[in-house]
Amino acid sequence: MVGVTPDSPNASATSARKARAIEVDVVEDESTGATPEADPVPTTRSSRAARPTPATLPVAVVRSDEVPSDDPRRSDVDEWGRSEHIRSIVRRLYDPMYRRWFRVEWEGLEKIPMSGGALLVANHAGAIPSDAPAIMHGIEEELGRAVYGMADYFFRTIPVVGTMWSRSGGVPAHPDNAYRILHEQQQLALVFPEGTKGPSKSYSDRYRLRRFGRGGFVEIAMRAGVPIIPIAVVGAEETMPILFRLNGLAKLIKAPYFPVTANTLLFGPLGSLIYFPAKIKIRVLDPITFDVDEGLDRYSKSRVMDEAEHIRGRLQEALHDMLRERRSVWFG
Amino acid sequence: MAQALESDPGVEMVMGMGTREPKVPLERTEFVRADQTYSILNRIVRATQVDTIVHTFLETNSTRVSSRLLHEINVIGTLNLLAAAGAPGTPVRQVVVKSSTHVYGASEKDPAWFSEDTRRNAPVRTQLERSLIEVESLVRDFAEDNPQLVVSVLRFANVLGSDIVTPISTNLRKRVLPCIAGFDPLVQFVEEDDVVRSLEHVTRQRIPGLFNVAGAGKLPWSEVASIAGAHLLPLSPFSTRTFARPLSRLGLIQFPAELETLIRYGRGVDTSKLIESGFTYRYSSAGAVESFARANNLRRAVGAHEPGYRYEQDVEQFFRHSPAVVRGIDG
Repeated sequence: MVGVTPDSPNASATSARKARAIEVDVVEDESTGATPEADPVPTTRSSRAARPTPATLPVAVVRSDEVPSDDPRRSDVDEWGRSEHIRSIVRRLYDPMYRRWFRVEWEGLEKIPMSGGALLVANHAGAIPSDAPAIMHGIEEELGRAVYGMADYFFRTIPVVGTMWSRSGGVPAHPDNAYRILHEQQQLALVFPEGTKGPSKSYSDRYRLRRFGRGGFVEIAMRAGVPIIPIAVVGAEETMPILFRLNGLAKLIKAPYFPVTANTLLFGPLGSLIYFPAKIKIRVLDPITFDVDEGLDRYSKSRVMDEAEHIRGRLQEALHDMLRERRSVWFG
Repeated sequence: MAQALESDPGVEMVMGMGTREPKVPLERTEFVRADQTYSILNRIVRATQVDTIVHTFLETNSTRVSSRLLHEINVIGTLNLLAAAGAPGTPVRQVVVKSSTHVYGASEKDPAWFSEDTRRNAPVRTQLERSLIEVESLVRDFAEDNPQLVVSVLRFANVLGSDIVTPISTNLRKRVLPCIAGFDPLVQFVEEDDVVRSLEHVTRQRIPGLFNVAGAGKLPWSEVASIAGAHLLPLSPFSTRTFARPLSRLGLIQFPAELETLIRYGRGVDTSKLIESGFTYRYSSAGAVESFARANNLRRAVGAHEPGYRYEQDVEQFFRHSPAVVRGIDG
C-alpha cells in the first residue's frame, strides 16, 4: 500500500481495484504469482488522483474511472423517480414562463418550513393544471427544497409524459406514498384534494372548490404527524379555461376527463400547449396542526371530515378574498 | 442452499430433492430424484423424519416451461409438499417457501413500495402470477391449519446471479434489454447470494411469516441497461406484446407477460420487515446488477465457467456409505 493513507478518499477505490486485480490474476494466469504489492503502478496513480484539494477534485475523473463497488448507481433518480439533475433542467426551461408569462407572485412563503415534512394543500384548476408546476417551481427556487407533487395515477399510463413528470418530482397519489414522503423522509408533498374534479370543472364554475375527496389528506397528515399548509392559487383557472367536456371520448381513452378549452378553440391542437398569460397569485395560509397521536391506523372519521371541511372553508375564503382584490385577470 | 446448510454442524442431515441432479458438490446432502410434483415426498418425510422443508422449487420463469407444466410444478407440487408436511403425526416443524414479488403484479395504481400486506392492484392475467398466488393461498391455509408449525414465505424481487436463469438475466447476457418506449420505471433486484442467505436466515432463526426480499434502493430500467452495458430495445407502448412476439420468436429477446407490466410500471417492495428480523444484505439493487455485469464480462472474456462437477449417484453413494471409505482425512 505505497503512499496511500488510510483516510485518503480514494483508499476504498484502490483496494477495490486491487481485489479485482487478484481475481483476474487467479483466473487468467496463476503461475505469475502477482500479488497486489508487486503491482505498484495503479496504486500510486490512484493515490495521486486522490491528492487534489476538495475544491479542485474533479468529480468526472472519479466517475470515468471504474465506479467503486459500493456505489454502482449512474443516475441520481431517487426512489420516487425524481432526478434533481432533470428537475434543474426543467426549472431552467420553466423559469421564463414562471417569471414573464404568469408573473407568479407569492404571499406568505415564509410559512412553509425550511425543514421537516409538511403537506401542502392547494386548489386545482386549468384543463392541464398550471398551478402544480408554479407552486413546485416557486418553492424549489426560493427555499431550495424539493417538492413532490402528488398526482392522479393516470399520468403514469402516458408514455414520455409520465416518465418526465415522474423525473421532475411527480408521485402517484397513493396514501402509502404520501406517508413515506412526509413521515419517513420529512419532505414536502403537494396534494390537490379536489383530485381530477378540480381541473375538470367548467370555466363557469371557476374558483368554486369541489368536494375534498374523502378527507384522506387530513388522515395522512395526522398519521404522519405533519402540519397541513393550505395554499390558495388565483389565476390558474384563466390560463386554460374549460368550455365543455367530451365524456365519451374520455371513456374511450380511459382518461379521467377530456376537455375542450378556449385555448384549443383559438390555437387548434397547439392550444393544449399554450396557456393564456393570466397573472398567477399564490397565498400561503397559516399551517394547521392536529393534536392527535401519530401513526394510528385509523382516525375518527367525523374529526377527519370536519378538519377537511374546515380547510376547504379557509381556502375558499382566501380565494374570495384574493378575487375581491384582483382588478384584472391579466395584470392582477 | 444445501451447501450453506451443510456448513452448519448443528444440522444433522440435509436432504435434497429435485428433478435434476445437483450442479454443485455437496458433501453431506442426500439427494433424491423426484418428479416435479413431489408425489413421493410423503413417504420420504415419514421415512427420514425431517423437521424442516425448504421449498425452493417454484418456477418463476414462464418462458422455460409450458403453462400446464407451470401449474403442475407450482400448485400441485406445493400441494403435495404441504400434504406431506401436514400429515397426521408429521415430524415436520418448519416449512419455508420461496415465492416471488410477481404476486404483487404491477399497475399504474400501485404504491411506490409494497409492504407484505399491501393488496395487489393489477388484475391477474398471467398463468405464472395465478399459480404463485394460488401457492401462497395454499401455504396460508396450511399455516392456519397447522399453528404448531413455523411457516415462512419469502417473496423475492428479480433475482440476478451467475447460476439462476431468468428472462431478465438472459436478456442482459445477450446485451439487449427490451424496454417500452416512453417508459422508464423503477425496479429492484436481489443477488443470488442474498437469496440463499435470506432463506438460510429464516430457516435457522425459525422466523414465521411473510417477507419481501430485495436489495436496497430502486433504479430506473434504463440505468439497469447502462450498468450492465446492454442496449435498450424500445418496443411500442401500444400493442406491445404484438410487436414483441416476432422478436422473442427469433430468440432476440425473452419477453414474458410478467416482464411487460414490470417494465411499464415497475415495482418496489418494502424490505424493512426482513431487515428488522436481523438480516443484512450484501448487495443493493444496483449492486446486484453491477456484480452480474462483472460476472458477465468475465464470462465473455474467458468463456463459460462450467462447474467442474458432475453428480454421479453411484460414486456419491459409495463415498457416503461404504465402510471402505476412510472418513475425516481430507474433509
